[in-house]
Amino acid sequence: MKIHEFQAKELLRAAGVPVLAGRVATTASEAAAAFTALGTPVCAVKAQIHAGGRGKGKVKGSEQRGVELAKSAADAERIAAGLLGQTLVTIQTGPEGQVVRRVFVESGCGIDRELYCAVLVDRRVGSPVLIASTAGGMDIEEVAAKTPELILSEPFDPDRGLAGYQARLLASKLKLPTPSWRHAETFFRTLCRAFVDLDASLVEINPLVLTKEGTLVALDAKMTFDDNALFRHKELAALRDEAEEEPAETRAAAAGLSYVKLNGTIGCLVNGAGLAMSTMDLVKYHGGEPANFLDVGGGADVKQVTEAFRIILSDKHVKAILVHIFGGIMRCTTIATALVEASKTVGFTVPLVVRLEGTEVEEGKKILAASGAAIITADGLTDAAQKVVAAAKACHTPGTSP
Amino acid sequence: MSILVNRDTRVICQGITGKVGEFHTRGCLDYGTRMVGGVTPGKGGEKVAGLPVFDTVAEARAATGANATMIFVPPAFAADAILEAVGSGIELVIAITEGIPVLDMARVMPVVKASQSRLIGPNCPGVITPGECKIGIMPGYIHTPGHVGVMSRSGTLTYEAVWQLTQLGHGQSTCVGLGGDPLVGSSFIDILELFQNDPDTHAILMMGEIGGSAEEEAAAFVKAHVTKPVAAFIAGRTAPPGKRMGHAGAIISGGKGTAEAKLAALRDAGIEVAESPADMGASLVRAMGGKR
Repeated sequence: MKIHEFQAKELLRAAGVPVLAGRVATTASEAAAAFTALGTPVCAVKAQIHAGGRGKGKVKGSEQRGVELAKSAADAERIAAGLLGQTLVTIQTGPEGQVVRRVFVESGCGIDRELYCAVLVDRRVGSPVLIASTAGGMDIEEVAAKTPELILSEPFDPDRGLAGYQARLLASKLKLPTPSWRHAETFFRTLCRAFVDLDASLVEINPLVLTKEGTLVALDAKMTFDDNALFRHKELAALRDEAEEEPAETRAAAAGLSYVKLNGTIGCLVNGAGLAMSTMDLVKYHGGEPANFLDVGGGADVKQVTEAFRIILSDKHVKAILVHIFGGIMRCTTIATALVEASKTVGFTVPLVVRLEGTEVEEGKKILAASGAAIITADGLTDAAQKVVAAAKACHTPGTSP
Repeated sequence: MSILVNRDTRVICQGITGKVGEFHTRGCLDYGTRMVGGVTPGKGGEKVAGLPVFDTVAEARAATGANATMIFVPPAFAADAILEAVGSGIELVIAITEGIPVLDMARVMPVVKASQSRLIGPNCPGVITPGECKIGIMPGYIHTPGHVGVMSRSGTLTYEAVWQLTQLGHGQSTCVGLGGDPLVGSSFIDILELFQNDPDTHAILMMGEIGGSAEEEAAAFVKAHVTKPVAAFIAGRTAPPGKRMGHAGAIISGGKGTAEAKLAALRDAGIEVAESPADMGASLVRAMGGKR
């Protein structure tokens, strides 16, 4: 689960990580009032969307950037007016951009240096790590690719947390002035503690600022949470902003399905993430374009599978659907029953190609055959991909039958 | 011969009284696995599928001589179940459970490393030595005894690969599902080492996915230590960048993790690459160069 910058900063502040004072505004006049209330000579007005690259991003049809400095209340009002209700396009939003519904007005500070730090789980080490770099405010992936020696990494045990010496080691390697080390130690250790306490999957501070006073401040903050751990963090549920999410993806998540909307015409319903990705690969290999990634998971029931069909069919670009199930935990009879159920309740408006294999496959095939539903059955992967691509193409040319 | 499990493996199921645990315990029994009992705290003394249920793993092990466990405990309690199995001295711990919080696994990993136990999974289909022992949720009938070692990060993709091998007349020595979670007990390299040392495994087929750097590390290991033919497939070649793997994976692996980087590393190690998921079985046949 993703949250907004201002929400991440509230969580970090509560955990004891230094952040600057700021206020959220949903109208231009609120932004002006926030500037006045903060009482600093300069404020940053920042668009709040669930995507990065805001500073370099621009509002569609104008030169307005996603983050700008305001030197007066009138300035703040003008910038907020240029952002609110507008569509911001950044490298992470894709060309369609995202609508800005809120801005965060934040006090300025005297910046000495810009650094980078993040906490995440390193698969290779098998534990969380604190990553830091002197290359602050830049595209960190590019830094990692071109100058990996600039990326520092310290693993830590979730329960013991980051050790004091590890924080000092980083402070030293980041060439922080010695008087700032004690401050850095508190900052890094508190940040790691917050990561663990909140079951985050990523906390990224870019830039992390060394102020002219020698303290560290999180100037930006990005946080995502481990969806598998949300059950023990009821307090985080309120931070979910569904307006920022693809409606079909939200709906799928509510039904316990993993769905990612794509731009093609072939709807895919598969069990297992690896097989779902492979099915998309194969559809493309045979000249089709997948409309989505949809993993119904291991233990989906008839209700979930029916909902999966509704979600796929809610995408108006879908011209054909490929159901690809290799039963393990998922029984082929479950998917077959759901298919028949869905054909009655949802009604298939596009051709449906089904490939079943695995647990209870013969019984599943019998259910499909007995239902009389209009289903194109396929044997094997290639056959399924070819049939669904052909069916989708036939739909583009009126007058030909699939 | 085979790796990890065989006809002598004595297996318990943690979470046997749950619907899924019971269903798959029956499936394993039907396949011929030596299931010897189950564990659910508070339900000791009951019977499921004719097997005795115990309150703790320690009791189950003492009473049955179990040396392997299959875990179906719900995600919130699964990490604790793994710790219990390891703490009770079970040699092979296979965690099927999907959805365990990643930091729970970060707490489990050092304990497993410091122990004599081997953990497979979590979020995996399990391990099967065809014709001898099935521990997990894979459909048994797609497998056939033979000499190809199979390992994968994805459950259902493994089934597909095994099915292709079986149809091409290539049986499997052992098939291992490593699990799809960020933190899993055994890596490609751990299993490659076992396959390399198993005289009954003549060739190896592996299925990877985009993200992380496990496949690149496996490729380097193959290049240095594996003399047997190896074929591989990487899922997600056409997945749009940035959609699933956020910032984190890319930073940590220093630009690795793309399908292209993985395929290049595999080819560089002399591994036969499957061009499409329909080509997985055939790629192994090519790697073997007509041998069996």
